[in-house]
Amino acid sequence: MPVTRNGDEIRAEPPFTDEDVAQLRVGDHVKFYGTIYTARDAAHRRMITALSEGKPLPIDVKGQIIYYVGPSPARPGRVVGSAGPTTAMRLDPFTPALLDQGLKVIIGKGGRGSVVKKSLQDHKAVYLFAIGGAGAVLSKTIKKLDIVAYEDLGTESIKKLEVEGFPAIVCCDMYGGDLLLQGKEQFRNQDVLGAYQSVPPAEKAG
Amino acid sequence: MTSETVREVHVDDITKAVAEMCEAATHVLPDDVVAGLKKAQSTETSPLARQVLIEIVENVEVAKRDMIPLCQDTGTTVVMLDVGQDVHIVGGSLRDAINKGVSKGYTEGFLRASMVDHPFSTRVNTKDNTPAVIHSEIVAGNKLGITVVPKGGGCENMSKFQIMLPSRGKEGITEFVLQTIEESGGNPCPPLVVGVGVGGSSEYAMYLAKKGIVRPVGQDSDDPETAEFERELLEKVNALGVGPQAVGGVNTAMAVNIETYPTHITSLPVAVNLQCHSARSKHVEL
Repeated sequence: MPVTRNGDEIRAEPPFTDEDVAQLRVGDHVKFYGTIYTARDAAHRRMITALSEGKPLPIDVKGQIIYYVGPSPARPGRVVGSAGPTTAMRLDPFTPALLDQGLKVIIGKGGRGSVVKKSLQDHKAVYLFAIGGAGAVLSKTIKKLDIVAYEDLGTESIKKLEVEGFPAIVCCDMYGGDLLLQGKEQFRNQDVLGAYQSVPPAEKAG
Repeated sequence: MTSETVREVHVDDITKAVAEMCEAATHVLPDDVVAGLKKAQSTETSPLARQVLIEIVENVEVAKRDMIPLCQDTGTTVVMLDVGQDVHIVGGSLRDAINKGVSKGYTEGFLRASMVDHPFSTRVNTKDNTPAVIHSEIVAGNKLGITVVPKGGGCENMSKFQIMLPSRGKEGITEFVLQTIEESGGNPCPPLVVGVGVGGSSEYAMYLAKKGIVRPVGQDSDDPETAEFERELLEKVNALGVGPQAVGGVNTAMAVNIETYPTHITSLPVAVNLQCHSARSKHVEL
């Protein structure tokens, strides 16, 4: 089974269906096994250009995972260097088009804008965050790395990773839930903030 | 004339020091930051945020033990120099020596090259993370102080600058800092070190903010009025509820460090520079 629950522990292995994604809810801790594709800014720009020209993507994203990461180089004898997530919101403009192609799971850091959250609901897909700045620990779960497209982009090329127990937490589920908004609401202390009026998270990263 | 004797510093020593600092800074977090993270862990009330902090501290230990960079984003290499006026740099150009050190450190240290040239068009990677962004100040003495700050993109991108009406004072600064942090959510990787530059001119205010993020966590401003404002702001930042990695919690920042400078009668320049929890820096004196 692609998504299995054992108490609080959830194990997930692609490819995923709508039914698999339906089991994942805000705040769930998930450990991933199997294949994860990497792509970040430059690879997204190329994929979206390909789609707009009616060309196929270099990888089949249907039912798959994309992890927003540009790893540091591997020391000799190692699979990969440090490999933590990059800011997800920068990829917001490109995300709906990939969800259209059947992408089911995205891993990055930070929150997503309202357009992506709506798109996740419409496409029955899910966004999780891995801990930003924990690239050393996260790299330990990556057992194999192959460059599968856009090799000239270096750290930004599309890589196929094989992972064992890669940890991430569900941030935006297919039901419209948003862990970050819920969390902030719960821990804000307006007595200390006084006259300050809370502002929503920005809709774009930069 | 000062009583100091002029000292020669050879560019080869500068290159060597910069290369070593690039590698050390990206693998070993300063003790003051580790202490800040552990303090956050002990005060955090959200179970999820506490777990996030435990993993962040574990990452610090794994990075050092196994020589894996703390974060894959090994940053723009910001180099801050305190050049003693009685130092004579010999053997070549100071700028070239620093960039040679960055190139060596990033290439031989297996650090990610993140710098792209032609920033508004082709964005071609320079392959060795050069050039560094170099700031220098002329100071008294015959020593050369070098601080290397590998500055990640996720937090740097959340920087903000504003010139306020002078009458907005502390209230205006408070609102601006809180909004900057709240809007950026999890993007800059909280718990943060918040650098605030107040005064000077537009470019100088941001430089002051950058100096703020390099000041050790837990070290107050020398000026009592500023130190009190730092404490007030830190309490407010942590009341936002953003929390570690923005999951909700009472530790959004480990420190708010404010650096000030006199400014023009018409102006109140305010710059905010955010530093992620992986607040990396390394300093040497040659």
